[in-house]
Amino acid sequence: MLASWMEKRFKWIVTLPALLFVLVMMAFPIAYTLRLSFFEWSMSAASPPKWVGLDNYIALFKDGRFWHALGATAYFSFGALAAETVLGVAIALLLHREFRGRGLAKTIFLLPMVATPVAMGLVWVLIYEPTNGIFNALLQAIGLKPLHWLGSIGQVIPSLMVIDIWQWTPMVCLIVMAGLTTLPQEPYESADVDGASRRQKLWYITLPLLRPTILTAVMLRLIDVIKTFDIIYATTQGGPGTASETLNIYGYVLAFQYFKLGLASSLLVVFFLLVMGLTLALIVVRRNTEVSS
Amino acid sequence: MKRINKRLGSCLSALLAVALTAGCGSGGGSGASPSSSEGAAQPFKGKKITFYVANHPWAETIKELLPEFEAQTGLKVEIQGFAEDQLSQKLSVQLTTKASDPDVFMTRPLQEGRQFYKNGWYEPLDGYVEKDKAEIDFEDFSKSALDTTTVDGKLLSIPIISEQEVLYYRKDLLEKANLQVPKTLDELEAAIQKVHDPDNGVYGFVARGQTAVLVTQVSSFVFSEGGDFMQGDKATVNTPEAVKGFSRYGRWLKDYGPPGVLNFSWPQAMGVFAQGKAAFYTDASAIYKNAVDPEKSTVAENVGFASFPAGSAGAKPYSITSWALGMNAQSDNKDAVWAFIKWATGKEVMLKTQQGGNPGVRNSVWNDPEGVKGFPAELVEVIRESSKVGVGHDRPLVVNVGEARDIIGEIVIQAILGEDVQAAPDKANQAFQALIDGEK
Repeated sequence: MLASWMEKRFKWIVTLPALLFVLVMMAFPIAYTLRLSFFEWSMSAASPPKWVGLDNYIALFKDGRFWHALGATAYFSFGALAAETVLGVAIALLLHREFRGRGLAKTIFLLPMVATPVAMGLVWVLIYEPTNGIFNALLQAIGLKPLHWLGSIGQVIPSLMVIDIWQWTPMVCLIVMAGLTTLPQEPYESADVDGASRRQKLWYITLPLLRPTILTAVMLRLIDVIKTFDIIYATTQGGPGTASETLNIYGYVLAFQYFKLGLASSLLVVFFLLVMGLTLALIVVRRNTEVSS
Repeated sequence: MKRINKRLGSCLSALLAVALTAGCGSGGGSGASPSSSEGAAQPFKGKKITFYVANHPWAETIKELLPEFEAQTGLKVEIQGFAEDQLSQKLSVQLTTKASDPDVFMTRPLQEGRQFYKNGWYEPLDGYVEKDKAEIDFEDFSKSALDTTTVDGKLLSIPIISEQEVLYYRKDLLEKANLQVPKTLDELEAAIQKVHDPDNGVYGFVARGQTAVLVTQVSSFVFSEGGDFMQGDKATVNTPEAVKGFSRYGRWLKDYGPPGVLNFSWPQAMGVFAQGKAAFYTDASAIYKNAVDPEKSTVAENVGFASFPAGSAGAKPYSITSWALGMNAQSDNKDAVWAFIKWATGKEVMLKTQQGGNPGVRNSVWNDPEGVKGFPAELVEVIRESSKVGVGHDRPLVVNVGEARDIIGEIVIQAILGEDVQAAPDKANQAFQALIDGEK
């Protein structure tokens, strides 16, 4: 009896733990955040959450700091993402070729990815330190003017991009390298017969064939880079002023420094929709390229 | 070989068994072992409280002293440490959910006190103090320190560490430039100008430049010109006095500060000073060890301390309680917690924590030669002087301190960037007033 009952519902039974996990750990927090975004609450036990309807969203869209944070997020994310993609693909192509010490080079190159972001953030603070840091010492050694790095409103986001690029280019590279090993050999053979140059082979064969892989890498990185919190919090906490305050940092500030839980939730809901929208768009793009190839 | 292993194994398991029964004995409270002679005097035998601390040298000393307290009382104190900001956040989450642990915690009365009070997270301690007033010699606590931890006439936490803004300076550079230690802010400005020599790697002045964290250190500049952040329910960050204080601080950092100061909290500012790259530095007394410890500072021997210089309204540095001990209103073991707080803030322990380099809040300890021997003599004088004339707050006394600090800090940021001196304070004053009004 039991056996046949189990047999019939087997697919439900084996997926149940995963389903429960998703419900409890993901769906519930999101639903709770959504609910909280219609309330005003300062984490107080004495005064419970107060229903305010859409007020939080209205306040958010009128808040200059929100728009600034949105801009900072876009600037940081797309800047870092573009550099990581180009560098990641280039390095993957380089490492794909046979040369002595390739294994070692690969291993060393992947190291930044496994380092703890907060610890690395603190190390980078020292590297960027304008007076005692090593970057300015190097700049001065080759006769250039020292920079302010994280201490300057104009340079802070590019400086943060450098950290993100250093840490996450290896991931793009790793995915692309995996993609490279699966490429078919035939197109290259016929290209050789046709007398194609190496650049032509790269441009007309390798890159088009790699496109789905690259898009996957871009999508994974995009979701991650938009959510970046640890590096920024460990190095600048959104400063100088609010120059490097991204949506995630502003959300944290609103919730845990200003205790405006409702407003913070509304920001996170908007942020969630944004990330979801971008991801869906990328999925569509990817599907289209698959069809055309 | 095998036999030896076997023997070792049986030895170990015997040991383990002994340890286990011993553990049961003290836990159950039935089989009092003959070795615990103070057993009768252990009023909290078998009880356990949780204590959240910041990663702070004070907590290190307490950890060392704790076994003594545990042996006396039988109370087990479990310590969990966090970084400063993480502690506030963790506490907020725990206390919001009405958890009974931590039973007792380190708290920053000026930063989170009003928020915690409003949310009903602190157990008011007046009753406990009243009961044991003589035993703890309550009169011995510094008046301004207790002011800091009192809201609406209720004592919310017991002070443990005090802090004053002081002037750190380089003796050798002053000597070389033939300068006296500045007594007023104007004299200090002239001195800064004179020793400022960036081409040889010495900046005239360094201090915090991050928006929120600089607010406490600019406060003494504002107070000493006769200003304050607010008067009653009125925001006053754009008064001429306040603006004078803000813009002086900002101008010094802009004209005589090291590069990148906008991203400086105290570790960076202290780093520049301790590497010998700045002549003058204003910050909290509590971090002096970083300047005089030869392992951390290349100029340890040449560091001097002076009272915060006088502005047009005299010298008014802040003198506050930076850390205190609070009791969770939901704790199940309030008597045990109070016994612990009494012990940790008692004369004996405070003498020891102060010897560990944590400026305490008991007058008797400051007047005891034993209590000040760990400190540079010059600094002791400065601290005594400052706690006499000091102001009991270093940031606006509102519930939402975090947001208020961001609003006010922006004034100084604009000054460092060299923007219009009056526009920024006016804008900040408006935002700050709105915040104050919103809290009523």
